[in-house]
Amino acid sequence: MIRFENVTKVYPRGTRPALDKVSLEIERGEFAFIVGPSGSGKSTMLRLVLREESANSGTVLVAGQDLGRLPMRKIPRMRRQMGAVFQDFRLLPGKTVYQNVAYALQVIGKSSLQIRRTVPETLEMVGLGGMDKRLPHQLSGGEQQRVAIARAVVNKPMILLADEPTGNLDPAISLDIVRLLERINRTGTTIIMATHDDSIVNDLRRRVIELNEGRVVRDDEHGTYVPQSM
Amino acid sequence: MSPRFLLQEIWTGIRRNLSMTVSVVLVTMVSMYLLGLGLLAQTQADTMKGYWYDRVQVSIYLCTDTSLRPNCTSGAVTEEQKETLLAQLNALPEVQQVFYESEEEAYDRFQEQFRNSPLAGNIEIGDIPQSFRVQLEDPSKFGVVVSQFEGAPGVADIQDQERVLNRFFTVINYITLFSVLLAALMVLAAVLLMATTIRQAAFARRREIGIMRLVGASNFTIRLPFVIETVIAAVLGALLAFGLLFATVHYIFNRFLNRVVLDQALIGDSDVLAVAPLMFAGVVVLAVLTSTVTLWRYLRV
Ligand SMILES: Nc1ncnc2c1ncn2[C@@H]1O[C@H](COP(=O)(O)OP(=O)(O)O)[C@@H](O)[C@H]1O
Ligand SMILES: [Mg+2]
Repeated sequence: MIRFENVTKVYPRGTRPALDKVSLEIERGEFAFIVGPSGSGKSTMLRLVLREESANSGTVLVAGQDLGRLPMRKIPRMRRQMGAVFQDFRLLPGKTVYQNVAYALQVIGKSSLQIRRTVPETLEMVGLGGMDKRLPHQLSGGEQQRVAIARAVVNKPMILLADEPTGNLDPAISLDIVRLLERINRTGTTIIMATHDDSIVNDLRRRVIELNEGRVVRDDEHGTYVPQSM
Repeated sequence: MSPRFLLQEIWTGIRRNLSMTVSVVLVTMVSMYLLGLGLLAQTQADTMKGYWYDRVQVSIYLCTDTSLRPNCTSGAVTEEQKETLLAQLNALPEVQQVFYESEEEAYDRFQEQFRNSPLAGNIEIGDIPQSFRVQLEDPSKFGVVVSQFEGAPGVADIQDQERVLNRFFTVINYITLFSVLLAALMVLAAVLLMATTIRQAAFARRREIGIMRLVGASNFTIRLPFVIETVIAAVLGALLAFGLLFATVHYIFNRFLNRVVLDQALIGDSDVLAVAPLMFAGVVVLAVLTSTVTLWRYLRV
């Protein structure tokens, strides 16, 4: 589903590569953690998959498509097959829970009939049934992240990218969020989650790809994560 | 994007950036008003040319007893001289018609023309000399008449109205040039203001834009609300300019000038209507181009 071949990414004013000759493959339906200390290149990997950034050398393939050769005008269509969530939720503060999720469908031209059908069932699925009319500031952090997840999956993407989705949440809440991601994974969505939260990684026993200074230093099928002491 | 959603987006956009939108409206209004004035001044000149060229006359003033012209030392013009002059004028192929105006007629015409002016009381019969009014086939052939009749016996002075009119038209041309130049500067200001407004609006909506990109909204979808907002502001400005122009011509220009100067050969409401399509098409093109270029430069994927 996602393949990195010798991918190197150097930011314009970066001193060292953010990613240094990274090669790996993530299969359809997989759930993979990307771990590593701050600055190791986790977010950069996800940004390359989203085509927010492009690689300086090497190839990034998503669903068989070489993102480096994808013309600009085809990028939006490619992004519709992915969902993304972040540490800071990125909700629109003036819109309700329902409107935030519906927005993702409205701006890609879905009919209001489709929106009325899919948004409530997605909100139900992430455990926010009955909260449609709340504004983001009336929700807890965990609930806000659920809204963000609902928005990311409402268009039924093949891939869900999560960049430290539990970074702002308590441990117990964090586990709930990851359980939700697991449930989404069971419906066939490929999930890549960047994190440096070792307890979650160790609880789930999923594939763990560890980065350090832009290099893959470990890739275990049912891995654990022991952060190096600073 | 459904039309209703698009309208909502546009409405929130305008509301959030209201003061900038208002300034775009106003600057567009002023620039289009000036442009309209320039165009209308030109229309006015054309209208007057058409009107006056049918009536333009060369006046050949004849000698009186008191005339100080060197050609009139032998006193007032005689009947004989008048007949000779008339015959000579009628013989010229360039001449269309010749009217004779006596001192009494000249006095009456003056009284009529300046009926609202204190000047009328200061004039007596005889102050304006008798004259031949010559209508030419082609008003610009004035030189022929002058060369033939200047210094002829009994002729005091030859005056050409065309020369006076031309000076007037030159003034109008300068007014047009000036207002069109000013309008061009204002249009430039409007374009720059539109660009700044769009950049500000895009900044105010950076969250929304970020999410739209993330979920795969097309560039067209992301940019369309900004383009439409700019077009709305510009068209509103043009609409106000049109209203102002209409009021200027209808209430000020026509009402006052009609009484004071002439009652024909003036532009009217229909002339304002005629420049309107140009104004509206102009601002739409301007708004679409400016917003497209600004967004293209500012909102890269
Ligand atoms: N926009 C950027 N411009 C320059 N350098 C950047 C930028 N984003 C990230 N970097 C650098 O790239 C490296 C990897 O960053 P990142 O992928 O954000 O790591 P992580 O998500 O693992 O913390 C870091 O050294 C960081 O400073
Ligand atoms: Mg990061």
